[in-house]
Amino acid sequence: MNGKATAAAPRLDAAERVRRYKKKSQWKTIWLRLKKNRLAMFGLVFFLVMTAAVLSADLYYNYEEDALSQHLSARFKSPSAQHLLGTDQYGRDVLARVVYGGRISLFVGLATICVSLTAGALIGAAAAYYGGKVDEVLMRIMDVFLAIPNTLMAITLVAALGSSMFNLILAMGISQIPRMSRIVRSSVLGIIGQEYVEAARACGTSDFRIIFRHILPNAMGPILVQVTQTVARSVITISSLSFIGLGISEPTPEWGSMLSEAKSQLRYHPHLAVAPGVAIVMAVMSLTLLGDGLRDALDPRLKN
Amino acid sequence: MSEKLLEIRNLHVTYRTDDDEIFALDGLDLGIGRRETLGVVGETGAGKTTMALSVMRLLPDRVGFAKQGEIFWEGTDLLKATEADMRLLRGNEISMIFQDPMTSLNPIHTVGHQIAEVLYLHSPGAAGGEIERKVDEMMETVGIPAERKVEYPHQFSGGMKQRIVIAMALACNPKLLLADEPTTALDVTIQAQVLKMMDSLKEKFDASMILITHDLGVVAQICDSVAIMYAGEVIETGTAADIFESERHHPYTIGLFGAIPDMTRKTRRLNPIDGLMPDPTSFLPGCRFAERCPRRMELCERKRPAMTPMNETHGIKCHLFGEFDGPSERRAAL
Repeated sequence: MNGKATAAAPRLDAAERVRRYKKKSQWKTIWLRLKKNRLAMFGLVFFLVMTAAVLSADLYYNYEEDALSQHLSARFKSPSAQHLLGTDQYGRDVLARVVYGGRISLFVGLATICVSLTAGALIGAAAAYYGGKVDEVLMRIMDVFLAIPNTLMAITLVAALGSSMFNLILAMGISQIPRMSRIVRSSVLGIIGQEYVEAARACGTSDFRIIFRHILPNAMGPILVQVTQTVARSVITISSLSFIGLGISEPTPEWGSMLSEAKSQLRYHPHLAVAPGVAIVMAVMSLTLLGDGLRDALDPRLKN
Repeated sequence: MSEKLLEIRNLHVTYRTDDDEIFALDGLDLGIGRRETLGVVGETGAGKTTMALSVMRLLPDRVGFAKQGEIFWEGTDLLKATEADMRLLRGNEISMIFQDPMTSLNPIHTVGHQIAEVLYLHSPGAAGGEIERKVDEMMETVGIPAERKVEYPHQFSGGMKQRIVIAMALACNPKLLLADEPTTALDVTIQAQVLKMMDSLKEKFDASMILITHDLGVVAQICDSVAIMYAGEVIETGTAADIFESERHHPYTIGLFGAIPDMTRKTRRLNPIDGLMPDPTSFLPGCRFAERCPRRMELCERKRPAMTPMNETHGIKCHLFGEFDGPSERRAAL
């Protein structure tokens, strides 16, 4: 509240406005702090633009016609007004395929995080909160999973379950659980010794409520960063799986399989590989930057 | 037992670490009646906080154990109560105020929510509006405008935070308030303010209070009775008058009083009690204070003294006042 506004309005009104200002402040301040962080804003804007483009694709492209049908007469066209990023070896519009490929990448990425965050948060929080034997057993199981490289585990699971979209999400979700649960566990361990947790117990709060209301929200910073990184990593993993032919199979457009197809033409038509490659890099980078910025903005202890 | 609100009998609590067993409480006896204020005094490590945590059954998991003894709460033994029963008791009938208000409020919830949570937990089915009204009322009771309930703990000063903690503790109208050094983290002027408020609220809400403190001055001001703890046991207990006015005291109590600066006399140095508390991992057969006691007798190192009543309220755990081997020794000692 500045002095001028207070003087201009009646007294009662000023008090009311102070109250309203304070009521709004929680989300407003978070937003203001996020806005100050240029890199995070860049990530956010880019991510939103990408999401919007991916969701509105049907308005300017026809999935069947542009992304799937082969037009062998129009192979390897260079970028032009009609095909902004040219066409691939079957004469399909590259930009259309990148956009529709983004749908799959982003959907799988977000679905994966739902699986791994839910399971990881439960396991990690239970391990840290109950400690002792519970901790020991859960974390040793996670260690076993962690010993298997991420992608390898996803490959194994997909190979065993068959390569459908659902199995892919499940496989990638499961392979991210150990990492997620370790992050959750370590940040929960840092919170658990705080006096307000003990104070909450002294108020008769149940374990469940303490974990979900008092501990996890406070442990959110590292978890949030991990979430954005995991989504980013999932985007890479699904691309890798598709690249080696285990993920989304042809002719469905997917960044990884597009890269894989384009690699044989790298010498003569590099734009075929550059387009999905840049899409992957931008998606991953925007998410990482956003995650970092969010962590700083969400932490009320950094408020000033 | 029946007329006491809380009675602790012969409580032994140990902390188990990887290579040691620490005897934190070693036969503690303590009682508090309804509407009474009991001051628990003793130096660091005497087991004051352990006592409070034992009553709440909040000793650290897998580390702290109540090995022996009973804690009677209105006639039922809390050490035998189930965890679910304890949860109902905590915050509702027995509340605790922690030492540091800076850290005992959750930084990510508004203070209003934190007060509301206690109410919500102990009055399931209460309407939201009713809880909100009670939150407003509690905030006003501790002298903070109710509009500020939408603010976060970091937006308050230390003294205000402690008042919010007190509002939380009193929200469910508990019968007993356990205050673990509630003013140590505050500066002196705020200390007096908060203590005064706690005292008047305790009266208003008809509660009993156990005040754990280092500060004998505070005890003299607001406590009805006093228990002096040393190395895990109560070595002297009585009404405030017994402790502050009576002639007869445990040597440790005398030592404590000796360590208070006296404004009326010119002293260059205070008289601290020499030595340190006995190693809590060892088990002494005799009096635990014997090593530091200026009036140590041969008997003290062999035999543990029992609580000897001086009058109806005043008791001292010291051989100086207890049963002696011979009458001559007693006279010599006194």
